[in-house]
Amino acid sequence: MGWILVTSAAVILFLQNYPLYIRSVPTENELKFHYMVHTSLDVVDEKISAMGKALVDQRELYLGLLYPTEDYKVYPRAWQRLRSPRAKSVFPNQLCRYGYVTNSKVKFVMVVDSSNTALRDNEIRSMFRKLHNSYTDVMCNPFYNPGDRIQSRAFDGMVTSMMIQVC
Amino acid sequence: MEGLTLSDAEQKYYSDLFSYCDSESTKKVAAHGRVLELFRAAQLPSDVVHQIMELCGATRLGYFGRSQFYIALKLVAVAQSGFPLRVESINTVKDLPLPRFVASKNEQESRHAASYSSDSENQGSYSGVIPPPPGRGQVKKGSTSHDTVQPRTSADQQEPVSPVVSPQQSPPTSPHTWRKHSRHPSGGNSERPLAGPGPFWSPFGEAQSGSSAGDAVWSGHSPPPPQENWVSFADTPPTSTLLTMHPASVQDQTTVRTVASATTANEIRRQSSSYDDPWKITDEQRQYYVNQFKTIQPDLNGFIPGSAAKEFFTKSKLPILELSHIWELSDFDKDGALTLDEFCAAFHLVVARKNGYDLPEKLPESLMPKLIDLEDSADVGDQPGEVGYSGSPAEAPPSKSPSMPSLNQTWPELNQSSEQWETFSERSSSSQTLTQFDSNIAPADPDTAIVHPVPIRMTPSKIHMQEMELKRTGSDHTNPTSPLLVKTSDLSEENKINSSVKFASGNTVADGYSSSDSFTSDPEQIGNNVTRQRSHSGMSPDNTAPPPPPPRPQPSHSRSSSLDMNRTFSVTTDLCVHTGQQQAGVVAQPPAVPPRPQPSQAPGPVVHRPVDADGLITHTSTSPQQIPEQPNFADFSQFEVFAASNVNEEQDDEAEKHPEVLPVEKASDPASSLRVAKTDSKIEEKTAASAPVNASKGTTPLAPPPKPVRRRLKSEDELRPEVDEHTQKTGVLAAVLASQPSIPRSVGKDKKAIQASIRRNKETNTVLARLNSELQQQLKDVLEERISLEVQLEQLRPFSHL
Repeated sequence: MGWILVTSAAVILFLQNYPLYIRSVPTENELKFHYMVHTSLDVVDEKISAMGKALVDQRELYLGLLYPTEDYKVYPRAWQRLRSPRAKSVFPNQLCRYGYVTNSKVKFVMVVDSSNTALRDNEIRSMFRKLHNSYTDVMCNPFYNPGDRIQSRAFDGMVTSMMIQVC
Repeated sequence: MEGLTLSDAEQKYYSDLFSYCDSESTKKVAAHGRVLELFRAAQLPSDVVHQIMELCGATRLGYFGRSQFYIALKLVAVAQSGFPLRVESINTVKDLPLPRFVASKNEQESRHAASYSSDSENQGSYSGVIPPPPGRGQVKKGSTSHDTVQPRTSADQQEPVSPVVSPQQSPPTSPHTWRKHSRHPSGGNSERPLAGPGPFWSPFGEAQSGSSAGDAVWSGHSPPPPQENWVSFADTPPTSTLLTMHPASVQDQTTVRTVASATTANEIRRQSSSYDDPWKITDEQRQYYVNQFKTIQPDLNGFIPGSAAKEFFTKSKLPILELSHIWELSDFDKDGALTLDEFCAAFHLVVARKNGYDLPEKLPESLMPKLIDLEDSADVGDQPGEVGYSGSPAEAPPSKSPSMPSLNQTWPELNQSSEQWETFSERSSSSQTLTQFDSNIAPADPDTAIVHPVPIRMTPSKIHMQEMELKRTGSDHTNPTSPLLVKTSDLSEENKINSSVKFASGNTVADGYSSSDSFTSDPEQIGNNVTRQRSHSGMSPDNTAPPPPPPRPQPSHSRSSSLDMNRTFSVTTDLCVHTGQQQAGVVAQPPAVPPRPQPSQAPGPVVHRPVDADGLITHTSTSPQQIPEQPNFADFSQFEVFAASNVNEEQDDEAEKHPEVLPVEKASDPASSLRVAKTDSKIEEKTAASAPVNASKGTTPLAPPPKPVRRRLKSEDELRPEVDEHTQKTGVLAAVLASQPSIPRSVGKDKKAIQASIRRNKETNTVLARLNSELQQQLKDVLEERISLEVQLEQLRPFSHL
């Protein structure tokens, strides 16, 4: 179980491709998580543009597994694997990235280490839903200026609980 | 004794106490008696009292002289502050709060002290203390700002000498001190043991902090801080304080509270853990909050919007992050607005924060909206653990009692997601936008609505007849309806009944509008136009041909008119240019609900039109500010015969309701088709966003050129000379009449025909009226769509970056 080496989760909220909130389970690979999330932004954008108009539906908001990939850090061979994302192997530290975009174009990206548990799609969806709800709460706060980093403790708490659940 | 320097507050306080003690006015206070009581009330250990007495020299003298008394009091303050009792500490200890006396007699003293503190409000040394609760009967200033909180806070920070308070003491006893009602005896009891172990002053200090937290509430309106600058005599555990408190009367409690609050000056950084006790809102506090709420929102059952709350709480000068957290805690239903309860909770949290209490991770139960009014939550004391510790954010949420987190979570989840977005949007673009929108649209509607709906004349003949009648009667402006009706009926004979009916009804509708409204000029003009048109149509050899559609509205209704004109003039652009205005309407389509008249505009719908539409538009625009529709109507009727056919053709293309009108029209005289097209265009314009209509209208085939052209020519000729609103229409009518040799012929029809045409006109009338209502409804729907789209657009605008 790779999660001893790499704990897995990172959640980043982007507003116009600027991170609003970054949270990841602290690990030495944190930076890599961040990289992955940032790269997945492109995938999210691509999906958004492909989807066209009606982005209101929550089902459509959930972009699903963006880009399964393995953690290239662990083994050098992993680099090659990176080239062929579709190659799913039982490689440990397989990272799955999930995307979600709100109807206001705020992107949520989550990277999880699939070695932890096979997180079902529904679980991911529920996590995103909770994220969205918490994000909405943050937005409702008149003291919150859109575009600020999210410093809401309630939000943090929710994310923490989520990550605990995932990890 | 060394010189004793007292601040003014101290001076006054001490002198008062001295007078109090010096009942015999002998300037000497016996060592025993009141002084002893006083010292005992200071809650200092007896040995400390003895030490004090010794230090001040009373032991030596056997009595308390004034100076000794003062020194003793100062020493009491020192002792209460936790400093070692030294003779030199009298003067060395700076910023010493006033000594606090807890016993019942202290009420007086506290009152004195309170008054002193109020007097010495400006004394910065004790500014950190919060004013005592309002219930103390002290001056309750109505100052609503948090200004007093400010100096207090700053003073708090300025007190370096304040004794260190163990920050994270277990549930502070202080809350009890300032809790007015003895409603938490249990809590108090539970806290007593906690208070015991700590440094003798610290629990009390915490108590003070709690009280100060509570007092902070009234900072705005109570006399300022210095009152609280009493040194807590509470060397003894606050339990004693509490004990004294509980059985005491309310006043005692307030006294204790005041006393307790005095120590807050010393302890700024109280424990940060939030316990239910500190979060309890007393009545005075609640009253204060309610008053504050009223200043923002007079309706106690209403909401304070987020922006107003933001401004209000920003005045407290708390950091935005903390205010944000407070908002998160207090906005229970996550709706972006604060109800009275939520507001009180938020205010309470602000006060607590200002006094050094760290914010809880979760809203304390006592602050929850539905619990806030409960005065008898005796089990509040059990909450401390649940309320959470600010220091452990990660664990706090899970450690919460199940009820609270579930409460906090279920609520948001219930109200979240789309609802919040909706409330957000609603709030942001709420009824104001809508009303504005509506108001903008509304006024335009009546005119246009009235004018427009003259759909395609179903009975061109009738219209024609009417027009001719009108013209014959010399364009009786006042009563266009009857003649028009008559004429319509006449005209309708010639056309298919449905179409004619429609047409006639359109005419009649127009007439009806004209008659029903006080738009005398408009109706007249319309009627005139109709008449004129009818006359035109009358001129056409085939009365059977549907009368040309009523003239489209003139410049003011340029859209419809122009459209119509475009349609009709699609065939003959050049003609359109001229006849444009009036004839535009005339040539325009029949009964398809004329698009909203849009004065001289080239709106979207118009764009759809073919070039002729533009010509029409320009024409209409050029026409003087006549009532747009009327001349068109007149024209419409005139060309009803012509346009009918055109209209019918065009109607097929109609996607909207117009089709129902247009098809009928189309059945009629092709000559009227143009007019129908015009009408359609008008109608389309009316329906504003009904792009499809426009498109369809645009597609309406051009009416048979010759007739419309002819009409246009006629109308042009007729219309051109007419520049005035009325005159134009009348001119059209007259021109039509004049140009139509058939007029006299139609006029000469027998009464039977007239009556028949009347009947038909009435039918047409009803049909058109119905059509009108339908189109009105359509318009409303479209407007609503537009509003919602605009709302969405607004929503998306900040994020429409992508």
